[in-house]
Amino acid sequence: MSEPLLEFEHVGKRFFGAVALHDVSLAVQPGSVMGLIGENGAGKSTLMNILGGVLPPDEGQVRLQGKPYHPSGPADAARAGIAFIHQELNLFGNLSVVDNLFIDRFPRVGRTPLIHRRQAAHRTVEALAAVNLNVSPKTRVDRLTPGQKQLVEIAKALHSGARIIIFDEPTTSLTSRETQQLFELIGQLRRDGRTILYISHNLGDVLNLADEITILRDGRVVVKGPKDDFDVDTMIAAMVGKQIDQLYPSRKGTVGDKVLMAVSRVTEPGIIKGISFDLHAGEVLGLFGLMGSGRTELGRILFGLDSYRSGTIHVDGRMQYTRSARERIRQGVAFITEDRRAEGLLMEASVADNMALVALPRYRRHRMLGTVDRRGLGRAVDGVVKALKVKCGDLRTDVVKNLSGGNQQKAVIGKWLLCEPTVCIMDEPTRGIDVGAKYEVYSIINDLADGGAGVLCISSELEELVGLCDRILVMSKGQMCGQFQRSEFDEERILTAAFDGHLAQPSQGQSGVSN
Amino acid sequence: MWAIRLKETFVRRVLLSDSFVLFLTLAYFLVLWIFLPRLGSVRNLSNLSSNVWPLLVLVIGQMFVLIVGGIDLSQTSIMAVTSVCGALMMTSSLDPELFAKNPLWGTLISEQGGLLAGSAMATPAGILVMLAIGATIGLGNGLAVAKLKMPPFMVTLVSMFFFSGLAIFVSRSENIRNLPASFLALGQNYLGQVPAGRGSVGLVPYSFFAGLAMALVAWFVLARTVLGRWLYAVGMNRRAAAVSGVPADGVIVCAYAISGFCAALGSVLYSARLGAGRPTLGENVLLDIIGAAVIGGISLFGGKGKVRWAFYGVLFFVLLDSSLYMMNFKFYTVNIVKGGVILVAALLDVLRNRVRAGRTAPGRGATA
Repeated sequence: MSEPLLEFEHVGKRFFGAVALHDVSLAVQPGSVMGLIGENGAGKSTLMNILGGVLPPDEGQVRLQGKPYHPSGPADAARAGIAFIHQELNLFGNLSVVDNLFIDRFPRVGRTPLIHRRQAAHRTVEALAAVNLNVSPKTRVDRLTPGQKQLVEIAKALHSGARIIIFDEPTTSLTSRETQQLFELIGQLRRDGRTILYISHNLGDVLNLADEITILRDGRVVVKGPKDDFDVDTMIAAMVGKQIDQLYPSRKGTVGDKVLMAVSRVTEPGIIKGISFDLHAGEVLGLFGLMGSGRTELGRILFGLDSYRSGTIHVDGRMQYTRSARERIRQGVAFITEDRRAEGLLMEASVADNMALVALPRYRRHRMLGTVDRRGLGRAVDGVVKALKVKCGDLRTDVVKNLSGGNQQKAVIGKWLLCEPTVCIMDEPTRGIDVGAKYEVYSIINDLADGGAGVLCISSELEELVGLCDRILVMSKGQMCGQFQRSEFDEERILTAAFDGHLAQPSQGQSGVSN
Repeated sequence: MWAIRLKETFVRRVLLSDSFVLFLTLAYFLVLWIFLPRLGSVRNLSNLSSNVWPLLVLVIGQMFVLIVGGIDLSQTSIMAVTSVCGALMMTSSLDPELFAKNPLWGTLISEQGGLLAGSAMATPAGILVMLAIGATIGLGNGLAVAKLKMPPFMVTLVSMFFFSGLAIFVSRSENIRNLPASFLALGQNYLGQVPAGRGSVGLVPYSFFAGLAMALVAWFVLARTVLGRWLYAVGMNRRAAAVSGVPADGVIVCAYAISGFCAALGSVLYSARLGAGRPTLGENVLLDIIGAAVIGGISLFGGKGKVRWAFYGVLFFVLLDSSLYMMNFKFYTVNIVKGGVILVAALLDVLRNRVRAGRTAPGRGATA
């Protein structure tokens, strides 16, 4: 084996006494892909922040090509050839691709402060070609798709001479096609001799890509080794520290006959077209579609956040056109947004204040004065926090921002549970949360359905819908293009339907393939 | 080692305390009192207290708008316009030489004063009209911000120009005097007397009751009602609030209307104290309002603010003002120092946030 390019030696890090990393030793070979996995809070981000020069280690040291490496800051790390492709991309949406690529290194005309525009454009074309991205250098970055933006970010990293590229959950906002392209690019980078650190919750992807896999738990390395030593079950077991027998909890109840929400030919030009379906009591109904299929938009329309041109939506047997979320909430509809940071939570407010927000009108004690029944509300919040096992210190003073992703998501769900919803629209309910928390969210969804509510679960993770739902609807290009009962779930057929709305029709008489 | 730890936690507790600005005010007062014994005299304290309450009313109004993440620059011109309108209604005589060219001469006003001249109801009716005008202008600001989605700075800047111009137009730039005695009492009279030197000074100014009432109502709304929770929620994250079923537009309109109402109430107190309706009333108060709010710790980014903080900020600002004048500084020196103090307050706020963030760093550092 050649000399490792990057070595962590007994690295430790504490935050005010809390151990974030303990005695982490790790070696990465040049030209290899290292998969790094672990639950949220396991220490992956801290480790990468040390590498990226954001944090210094308290103990141990890092070696780069055998030499001690002590970056003084992110800029220093970049100079050493380490690039970080973040979940949230660091691009200027208001600037062009060229400007983004050269923001700190514009080619000049001689020694003047003038930008050598032709040269910059020329070099941009080359850099984009290296990542197989075919857009004009003058395109404004906010016009690009998430996948294209990521490619720009990678081009920027390569262009600045990065030898080690860290990917942190790179596929969360990509379509499956873009994901495929990214994986091909990663393979190509590896062949070119670059070293990749790949962090993801998607264990299948990690198995696919990595040469070696390291699993962190509670700030320690639990297992490391070549990828052939691993499969998904052993990885999960190592991550959570116990064997989870099944990824999806089992259901007790059955789907009822009562229709809670009836959607008929709902159309909004350019967004969705002629959408019809019924949501029954006790049903977990999946809604699958690729990025841009209109799944999220449909959820927002159903909840009254966006308008629709024609069609009808009946909630609990009553027809109601509304463009107001308040009206829907009064009818017993809940909406868990896909973007909890921007739309789900008040990040600076306490857990209790967040949970209380939706239910406030129900705890209005005095009609005229509008005072809040604080004791009743407090009891209800306590009850939900306990039921959902939200982990936080003092829920009246602890700010939501400091919770882990899984607990934040529980807080989002919890604030709707306070209103005892009959219809629950959940958009990507498990995005960016770890395996353990996912299982808990699935349990909450099951409990809701078992309690007689209808759950519409929108997701881009097909595996999750197959494991969770009673029925799956498939959308493509704004239209409903497939419906699958649990007995006919088949990932391949559902995917095919999602890719092309014209191919698949709900089948009859065909025996189901188990999931 | 132990002593250092103790000191650290003590400094930390003072810095992070809700009453930090109050401590600062007390410290400032005590230190200056040594050099300026007059600062603590009964006469000066009485004077200070009569300066605090009108400003407090204005700052409370501004605070509502700051909490929803906006800013109200038009408060001072609302003061001017309500001052003029109220005075034109209540005055009992107008000098024809000054007012004959007024556009309202002969219709709403004459030599015998305004519509309400001489009526027993002049004072209460005049005040109600002033408050209604203030709230209505605020409502207009709020509608423009919430429904037309215009930036608050623009909207209120435009109203500031428009209404301060209107105030001058309506009054033809003249002060309006001869207001009812019961109105003047609001700004000039005291409950109880305290001996001071040769004479005596008032103990509790009437404006105290207006300020106290406004503070209590504001506290009640913010801390105890659904509207209060909604105000903070909208200020922290308007989109998240809207998704959670908060009527965000209505909440924003409410905040601006309250700000306009408070500006009008402040105008009542200032006009009464001045004994006249003045078209330029409040022209120099904007800095004081925003300065006091910021010093109190009310965030310009929205989502944060308490009545207590507003009170402490006003207290500090008024004390600073009066101490500077007492040291015989000229008005421009006073402004320079005031600006410097606001800067220091803003820096201290940054420091406090950093200390607070340091306390919660483990959670942030350990997760993605």
